[in-house]
Amino acid sequence: MQAEQISIFIENKAGRISDVTGILADAGVNIRALAVADTSDFGVLRLIVDNNVKAEEALKKAGFTVRKTKVVAVKVEDRPGGLHSILTTLKQAGINVEYMYAFIQQTGDKAIMIFRFDQPEEAIRVLTEKGVTVVDERTLSTL
Amino acid sequence: MIFDIEYETMPREALEAIQLKRLQATLSRVYATVPFYRKKLDDAGILPGDVKTLKDLQRIPFTTKQDLRDNYPFGMFATPMANVVRIHASSGTTGQPTVVGYTARDIDTWAQLMARALSAAGATRGDIIHNAYGYGLFTGGLGVHYGAEKLGASVIPVSGGNTKRQVIIMRDFKPTIMTATPSYALHLAEAAEEMGVSFKDLHFKAGVFGAEPWSEDMRLEIERKLDLNALDIYGLSEVMGPGVSIECTEAKKGLHIFEDHFIPEIINPNTGEALPYGETGELVFTTITKEAFPIIRYRTRDITTLNPEPCICGRTHVRMKKVSGRTDDMLIIRGVNVFPSQIESILMQVEEVEPHYQLIVDRKDNLDTLTVRVEIGEKLFSDEVKKLQELENRISKDIKETLGVSAKVQLAEPKTIARSEGKATRVIDNRKK
Repeated sequence: MQAEQISIFIENKAGRISDVTGILADAGVNIRALAVADTSDFGVLRLIVDNNVKAEEALKKAGFTVRKTKVVAVKVEDRPGGLHSILTTLKQAGINVEYMYAFIQQTGDKAIMIFRFDQPEEAIRVLTEKGVTVVDERTLSTL
Repeated sequence: MIFDIEYETMPREALEAIQLKRLQATLSRVYATVPFYRKKLDDAGILPGDVKTLKDLQRIPFTTKQDLRDNYPFGMFATPMANVVRIHASSGTTGQPTVVGYTARDIDTWAQLMARALSAAGATRGDIIHNAYGYGLFTGGLGVHYGAEKLGASVIPVSGGNTKRQVIIMRDFKPTIMTATPSYALHLAEAAEEMGVSFKDLHFKAGVFGAEPWSEDMRLEIERKLDLNALDIYGLSEVMGPGVSIECTEAKKGLHIFEDHFIPEIINPNTGEALPYGETGELVFTTITKEAFPIIRYRTRDITTLNPEPCICGRTHVRMKKVSGRTDDMLIIRGVNVFPSQIESILMQVEEVEPHYQLIVDRKDNLDTLTVRVEIGEKLFSDEVKKLQELENRISKDIKETLGVSAKVQLAEPKTIARSEGKATRVIDNRKK
């Protein structure tokens, strides 16, 4: 049930993210979600795209250090407290969120959040038990 | 002031006669006591007795840093350990230090030569010497210390670091001579300024600076900011330590090498051929009075020129130009010798592959800084920033522990380190400006 995300190492300098988006545009890859984590010197760009194979190939060819990471895509109710109830469930189960960010697309009354967990399988289990929908990779790429 | 009138102003013929006698004695002794030298001379087909003139020294093979490493730690000592009263060490190319030893007489000789050096810089027994060279395995601190005492001056063994306290000591104890690395001297100047202490109100007349390369521009800056006469001192632990050569206040043009204890040569670093006076090449030293750690034709890797012209100060000893560079890629960062290959082997241990890296040396606020840029490959790349920062910290800690020098580690994208003709530019030294 885990989805795949592409992580890219980028130095903190002007225009670097646009270099990445340019390469993906040329390769015909659509970006579905994006997050940046940075320090003063470097950053890690995290992407959910519609075609991981093409994206990875194009970026590596351009000399980027790329890595695929497993993440979990979770449907969150689009109402006050929607995210909170999910985080509460995880907290009670003792699962640590390493990072998370929002998916651009909305599906009806649900938003999608991308999570990186220290124990992804356990996270999927407790969330599903609580009736939370975890979106699989294929669905994610076709949304 | 000349500390030892007899030897320092000796006519050259007399000086050379003494050199030959001492050289012959040294060669006989190392042949008898150090297996390394015996083998080297045997292999070259020369016996100590074959050296009949100073020129014959040129027939003897060189000694290199690698030879010292191969004989780590005490293999080059020419006397039983019972006679050794002091050990010093400096860093080497693979993290293995070069170890040197001294007998009681060696320590006394060193103190004499260091007293000569301080005298040449204008120090007398009435002076107070602020000695900010590091005390420890490094020869700087203790070398200057013993010389200052031999001279009869009052020495403050303040060592390196704790800069604010140093400023207070300079203000309250009123030292008149400073001994430090040139970069630390400038650092002290800035610290004093921040604390509202002006060097104009302090009592320094001269500073004896060395242990790292420094330019004429830096001399002017030091003299302006510290309001003192800045003199260059040269030395290396393999030969003795500080006090191998010194500038005199009178001429301030070239460093007098104490030739009654050391024989200097200049060679072509590529062919090993000895070069005449006035030509630029690699400086080579033979010690002729040392007991515990004599060294024969040691290649210093320092580039300079020798000038035998008589000096207005009265010293007859040959002068070497301020060292202009090195034949290898050694960097001196805050007085610590650093070879790029040392950093490389640390990175290898982390990455287990040949690392692409670059060392950037700068001088910020008058202190040397080292930045190590490392290209990040897929193996080390984590998508968690925390882990990447841990990686930077780990490398930085390894460098600090192995080399004793602080470095800022910066992860870089692949192929961002400039490669010239397929080979990466390993070092950018921004201090040489």
